[in-house]
Amino acid sequence: MDVTLTVNGAQRTLQLDDPRVSLLDALRQRLDLTGTKKGCDHGQCGACTVIVNGRRINSCLSLAVMHDGDEITTIEGIGQPGDLAPMQQAFIRHDGFQCGYCTPGQIMSATAMLDEVRQGWPSQLSGDLGPAELTDDEIRERMSGNLCRCSCYPNIVDAIRDAAQGGDRANAEDAA
Amino acid sequence: MSDPIEVSLTHRMNFPDKEDLLDRTAQGILGTPMDRPEGPLKVSGTATYADEDHPPGTVYGWLVRSSISKGWVTGFNTRDLRAMPGVLAVIRDKRMLRNPAQGQASKAPYQGPAEIFYKGQPIALVVAETFEQARDAALNARADYDDRSAKGVFVPAEAKYEAPRSQQASKGDLDEAMDEAAFAVDVEYHTPSMSHAAMEPHAAVAWWDGGHVTLRGSYQMLGSNKAELADALGISPRNVRILSPYVGGGFGSKLGISHEGVAAAIAAQKLGRPVAVALHRRQQFETTHRRSESRQRIRLSCGADGRMTGVGHDAWVSNLPAESFSEPVTQATPFTYDGENRQIGHHVGRLNITCAGSMRAPGEAIGVPVTEAAMDELAQAAGIDPVEFRLRNIPEKDPSSGRPFSSNRLADCLTRGAESFGWKDRRENGARREGEWLIGMGVASAIRVNMLVPSTARVILLPDGTARVETDMTDIGTGSYSILTQIAAEVLGLPADRVTTVLGDSDLPQSSGSGGSFGAASSGSSVMLAAKAVREKLAKRMDCDPDDLTLKDGYAIAENRRRTLAEVLEGDTLQGTGTIKKGLTSVDHQQACWGAQFAEVAVSTVTGEVHVRRLAATFACGRILNAKTARSQCIGGMIFGIGQALHEEISTDARDGSFVNRDLAEYHVPANLDVPHIDIEFLNDRDPYANPMQAKGIGELACCGTAGAIVNAIANATGERFRSFPVTLDKVLERLG
Repeated sequence: MDVTLTVNGAQRTLQLDDPRVSLLDALRQRLDLTGTKKGCDHGQCGACTVIVNGRRINSCLSLAVMHDGDEITTIEGIGQPGDLAPMQQAFIRHDGFQCGYCTPGQIMSATAMLDEVRQGWPSQLSGDLGPAELTDDEIRERMSGNLCRCSCYPNIVDAIRDAAQGGDRANAEDAA
Repeated sequence: MSDPIEVSLTHRMNFPDKEDLLDRTAQGILGTPMDRPEGPLKVSGTATYADEDHPPGTVYGWLVRSSISKGWVTGFNTRDLRAMPGVLAVIRDKRMLRNPAQGQASKAPYQGPAEIFYKGQPIALVVAETFEQARDAALNARADYDDRSAKGVFVPAEAKYEAPRSQQASKGDLDEAMDEAAFAVDVEYHTPSMSHAAMEPHAAVAWWDGGHVTLRGSYQMLGSNKAELADALGISPRNVRILSPYVGGGFGSKLGISHEGVAAAIAAQKLGRPVAVALHRRQQFETTHRRSESRQRIRLSCGADGRMTGVGHDAWVSNLPAESFSEPVTQATPFTYDGENRQIGHHVGRLNITCAGSMRAPGEAIGVPVTEAAMDELAQAAGIDPVEFRLRNIPEKDPSSGRPFSSNRLADCLTRGAESFGWKDRRENGARREGEWLIGMGVASAIRVNMLVPSTARVILLPDGTARVETDMTDIGTGSYSILTQIAAEVLGLPADRVTTVLGDSDLPQSSGSGGSFGAASSGSSVMLAAKAVREKLAKRMDCDPDDLTLKDGYAIAENRRRTLAEVLEGDTLQGTGTIKKGLTSVDHQQACWGAQFAEVAVSTVTGEVHVRRLAATFACGRILNAKTARSQCIGGMIFGIGQALHEEISTDARDGSFVNRDLAEYHVPANLDVPHIDIEFLNDRDPYANPMQAKGIGELACCGTAGAIVNAIANATGERFRSFPVTLDKVLERLG
């Protein structure tokens, strides 16, 4: 069966001989995009987070065959050395990683999470359904699906806050 | 290009360092919070880990687990599996491992998959064209067994305990001291089995070229791993190359060669194709090492003046039959606090459950929090503030051996830390309440022995004035790429971007590897020595004494002469080799790293939840090599402590010893919202007895104590003392209900 995906803006057709291939394994083993990591293969750690049609998902919990026609963004599409996205730069500046294995998932999750906040999605902590302010606890709650055993959490929060503020400034400048 | 000019320096640490070289160099890069040089690769997904960069034609293996706890495999449905789509081989080779090698073993661990010692032990490898085919076939594997599980021992209460004579010690008469003391505590604590749960599960891909095997794996100590793999396969270490350029976390779980590496190498040889084997997360939990559970009896006594008269620490831990490692729970107890009368006991029980091994700060990580909790109990009994009580009992020299300390900054850490944290606002137990929340503060000392391990590195200064550092050291997230770059840049007077550090290849000079918090100090010293050898050669070329040479920003400066390094090199390449060895300073002085940790918690009287609201620590661990990565190591270590205090516990099934919660949904490591802001402070410190850099270990020190500070804070909040880790909601509610 053929599955056509748009991955990081480029159309890729997979000739899939096996319906059991997860989206994660399709990316890692068949499209050679190993930036997306396999930490548990169970949807428990968040290392495999990618953005599908604008929403963050655990790619290990999804079969590749379910994504025909979908738009997928992986860490490779966020930015590469020499042309890193502000979120990636903020992770470096604040040392938001140590071993680096959960990092692509953290950055994908953070990128999508800021979008969710911009769209006014509440979290468990938000209190009401109105637009949420991006407090540190809101960042912590919304990023708690991405485990980091090196435990860089405080630095991850610093990096995301920094990127969010920088992003807002950049948006304001665009508007002006 | 002509052959490099080779120079070398070997240094044995027999005397304290008096040269202070790193305080006299001019570049000013060492110690700064430099960003990690490999950062752009890690944040963009281009740093490649073990199960990546597969050679063409790689096929996939999946390990089959034993479904019994003890006995023998007598048959296997190999023929059925071979008939399944894509299956290439079903391997049951006697060289496969029972359990991974212990750290620094340098020889194969117990081998032979036919005899079963614990449930989940790998008994076969199924290899297929694709990952999905291999997994499916392996899950359809069926073994016949001679099942002896009924004779297995699965719970500590039923284990036979050994008491190795070399691990018992006593001085004076502790029983008498306890009887005569104005105040004494005699308490028992329990800590559970725990799992490293590094984010990257163990994985390896192996391929052969004639009789030579290359293994891309996730390992911490390539020198000993090479020897272990060679021994397991029955070949010469010269025919083994291991590559681990990036390691997705270790914490001790990747110290020794493991199932996946040996199985991948055997399969690749049999099939003549590259074979990749990754452990599933469940396999990581049940087939790699665990931290042993512990039972600890603490006896402490003091006079009416709050000066301690007795210290007793007995520990009961476990491991598989015949396994040499046992968690050295009491390691820091002999030298931490004063007391004339002392007793240390160490007991090892034999269980048929997953092998126990080193996990971040083996020994102190579970021993120190427990002694620190007991110290709090004694301080409370004596009516003395816990910080003041500790300060009164810090010894002048090691009270057990009589050896002097190389440096003891515990008092400075406690005093400074208490001030920064606002310890003076601590109230009596149970005195602070905010609605449903009880608030408390706790303190604990942090102590971890300091070690030096032989390490060699090359530093190559190229004709264009750039340098390359080469050693088989690994960076498991600790910051090796950063600090080794900074050390070479500092000694050679180069901006950091003119130094490239190449690690994680066992063909490079053998380093200490990453473990025991000795990696930075040991491999760093070897890089410093290699660069120093090059520096001395440059001094000769500048016709000056090395002490009169200034190297800065790529220039050599002496007696008003200033030349670029390229000019000094005149087309030559200088290759320095540096080797550090431990010596008398490890024997005649007690070396340790020091810290004080402070926690503020809120405990819900409704749900039993414990929130850590604030964490802070002050550490003294010698020269800081990179302020940013050092701080991150400490934060990470302290969060390990949060997990230990509140979340982490492997639950075993008492009927068969299997791990019930062998995944990340059921084994709870701290998540982002569990962690508050953390304040880290480093004292300006040097330890000349440690190594020529005067730096010491950091990453483990930070997790020795945190859990003690948290349980002490819970006691301050609630007035209740919890002696069984982790302090989960059910335990809290039972007491507060």
